[in-house]
Amino acid sequence: MPSRIVAGIGLSHVPSVGPVVDRKRDQDPAWKPLFDAYVPVREWLAKLKPDVAIVIYNDHVAEFAFDRYPTFALGAADRYAIADEGFGTRPLPEVAGDAELSIHLCESLIADEFDLTVCQEMGVEHGFLVPMNLCFPHTPAGWPVKSVPLQVNVVQHPLPTAKRCFKLGQALRRAVESYEDELRVVILGTGGMSHQLQGRRFGFMNEKFDQWFLDQLESDPEGLTALSHHKIMEEAGAEAVELIMWLTMRGALSKKAKRVHRHYYAPMTTGMGLITFEDS
Amino acid sequence: MHEIPDTSIFDLRLSRRGKRLNRMCAALCAPAEREAFKRDEEAFMARFSLTAGEKELVRKRDFKGLIEAGMNIYAMLKIGSSTGNSLYRMGAQMRGESYEEFLATRNIKDAV
Repeated sequence: MPSRIVAGIGLSHVPSVGPVVDRKRDQDPAWKPLFDAYVPVREWLAKLKPDVAIVIYNDHVAEFAFDRYPTFALGAADRYAIADEGFGTRPLPEVAGDAELSIHLCESLIADEFDLTVCQEMGVEHGFLVPMNLCFPHTPAGWPVKSVPLQVNVVQHPLPTAKRCFKLGQALRRAVESYEDELRVVILGTGGMSHQLQGRRFGFMNEKFDQWFLDQLESDPEGLTALSHHKIMEEAGAEAVELIMWLTMRGALSKKAKRVHRHYYAPMTTGMGLITFEDS
Repeated sequence: MHEIPDTSIFDLRLSRRGKRLNRMCAALCAPAEREAFKRDEEAFMARFSLTAGEKELVRKRDFKGLIEAGMNIYAMLKIGSSTGNSLYRMGAQMRGESYEEFLATRNIKDAV
């Protein structure tokens, strides 16, 4: 039996969640609504028993600086270090990778005309780690799943289009389904939702847009591929453009995928969204 | 394409302008470099060949000015970390508000 995608999750990767996890402040009144939303998600994931999480995320000038900046970069290692992004290294166990699966994904995706940057050394930071913290709590011994990080340029324009990101997801599905080892794979599309972190419009959010995006992601994901970066940035803030990574997750799911969970919480400067899909 | 008001789009032209600043910030991902920055900010800036104007923006902690000079927001967070300015403090300044004024505009201001 080949590998298959059992679920997809769209979720925000707000950095302030990291210290909340590290200092066990998840029951603080201001954070409890977010963490409570993940209780049923973790129970559901425990039943789905995934082996691997492919995490679509962006680095924030920790591992990739602008001197050489890849559009799509895939990890191809058996372990990924916890990167120091300027605040000190978080006390987390190293992330276990699956180099054999990664190599297959590289071969399949590049044959499918996605000319990736392949990373045999790669540190991971909050864009990757916060979604992992929320979905797959670690123990001192490690994480409950292996991971493959897939880094997307959503920071230095020109960015890949929403449509290209969706197509990458479709190619990722073909890649997973042609891997002969029987693995159960979850795809995490991370970032967003509405937020802007610079200029006078710092702190801008748009819940109406975010809820609409969640609706469309469920009912008409291909329709979302027509969104321009400009439209997303205008409606939801410059940094909301990260949402194109959710389309990679959605593109990797079949037409039969069913939405399971949905949550939204916008306490400070970011609309923190969560949506899950189970695939058959 | 029309401009989005009060918004900076970090494109290649801006990235090119901010190259020195962003290189300096990227270095702050190493603990030893953060110590070097804190020990002697002037020497640190000189090492990365910042222009006189760029140095002045860093000295003044002019975050809005640094963004306009091409510093990327995620690079700027590292300067924030090394100078005791959280994202929200930098954001308040960019909005032209005090930290307290900014917090008062939030839905749940304790989620920091």
